[in-house]
Amino acid sequence: MSGHHDHDHDNHLSPIEARVKALETLLVEKGYVDPAALDAIVDTYETKIGPRNGARVVAKAWTDPEFAARLKADGTAAVAELGYGGRGGEHIVAAFNTAEEHNLICCTLCSCYPWPVLGLPPVWYKSPPYRAKAVLDPRGVLADFGVTLPEGQTIRVWDSTAETRFIVIPMRPAGTEGWSEEQLAGIVTRDSMIGTGLPSVESRR
Amino acid sequence: MNGGQDLGGQMGFGPVIPEPSEPVFHGDWEKRVLALNVAAGAMGHWTIDEIRHARESLPPADYLSFSYYRIWLTALNATLVRHGFVTEAELAQGQALTPPKTPKRVLKGEDVAAVLRRGFPYQREAQAPARFAVGDRVRTIVMHPAHHTRLPRYARGKTGIVERVSGCHVFPDTGAHGAPETAQWLYTVVFTGPELWGRDADPATRISIEAWESYLEPA
Repeated sequence: MSGHHDHDHDNHLSPIEARVKALETLLVEKGYVDPAALDAIVDTYETKIGPRNGARVVAKAWTDPEFAARLKADGTAAVAELGYGGRGGEHIVAAFNTAEEHNLICCTLCSCYPWPVLGLPPVWYKSPPYRAKAVLDPRGVLADFGVTLPEGQTIRVWDSTAETRFIVIPMRPAGTEGWSEEQLAGIVTRDSMIGTGLPSVESRR
Repeated sequence: MNGGQDLGGQMGFGPVIPEPSEPVFHGDWEKRVLALNVAAGAMGHWTIDEIRHARESLPPADYLSFSYYRIWLTALNATLVRHGFVTEAELAQGQALTPPKTPKRVLKGEDVAAVLRRGFPYQREAQAPARFAVGDRVRTIVMHPAHHTRLPRYARGKTGIVERVSGCHVFPDTGAHGAPETAQWLYTVVFTGPELWGRDADPATRISIEAWESYLEPA
């Protein structure tokens, strides 16, 4: 077949880099993948889809009670109002924190995560320590993140065992009265939408 | 299967260690593995659960020590070989040695945005009424299948409450193994901490799973 394969170049690659390059070269050569599609997929998750999407959802829920009600009733339809949805988040449920209960999302069996609103998951979310501990000792997980819940607040853990994806809607912090939606979105951290963090006025960027 | 992937409740991994200012990718090869997974999956020859099963079929020692993108790469290679798209020799050499197989679809660059936005919805029209309703007490079945399942070990044989009925969703246990697609009612089932973990567990904790109807019986 084609003889242009550049083994000299491969010598500069680590073993896994070489394996990935070999796979990509092969799939392109065989016509299974379009290189332009690969670049577009990377660009999407590197620059277009990430936790700022989710932060906009949360900020809107904080400022628009009717949107919050729609988000509670049908998360998929409500986030679609903001233009979000699709691969890795075809079915979305919003879990609202209350003074009585704090929510935490995880995937013990793989790495399910609400891509359209939070982007790709962080490494720790996909790794054994979190996946093992989130369902057994969620308060211990929160302690690993330096988070202590108020006395008496219960914890609800959502294990993403189906194609339903969850996003935590944290409570709006005190001291944000009169803030614009955009200002509010600025304090909504990724971790606060996973449940391993809490938004605070101090987290304002 | 009771593979390395079924991690809920295991111990000894140490604390969760978040990485400050974590980048989306830790190297260009991770970007390519993500994109190759999405693009190859879009050919339409395997289900999401088939490739999940390829990942969880790694020997547990590998599963627990590989980075997640390395798990994805290993499983993607195995799946491409199993479906006859590539051979092991081709993967080793990074060049075609056999004629290509014709895929059902090839994802084109100009279609990526629309395909990702549309996604691949898993809800199907119900063929029968739901067996359970919100508020019902249910017990998960005990099983240890060698095949793919989305009922984790820690939640087998446990009693909980149906909190939500999500419609009929594609059933993963058979769909992972090439069987024609079927769908079942899907429920959010909530358990107390002590029900799952025993009397020393934190009673102020509740844990839910998403459970297909055949995972459940009345309690």
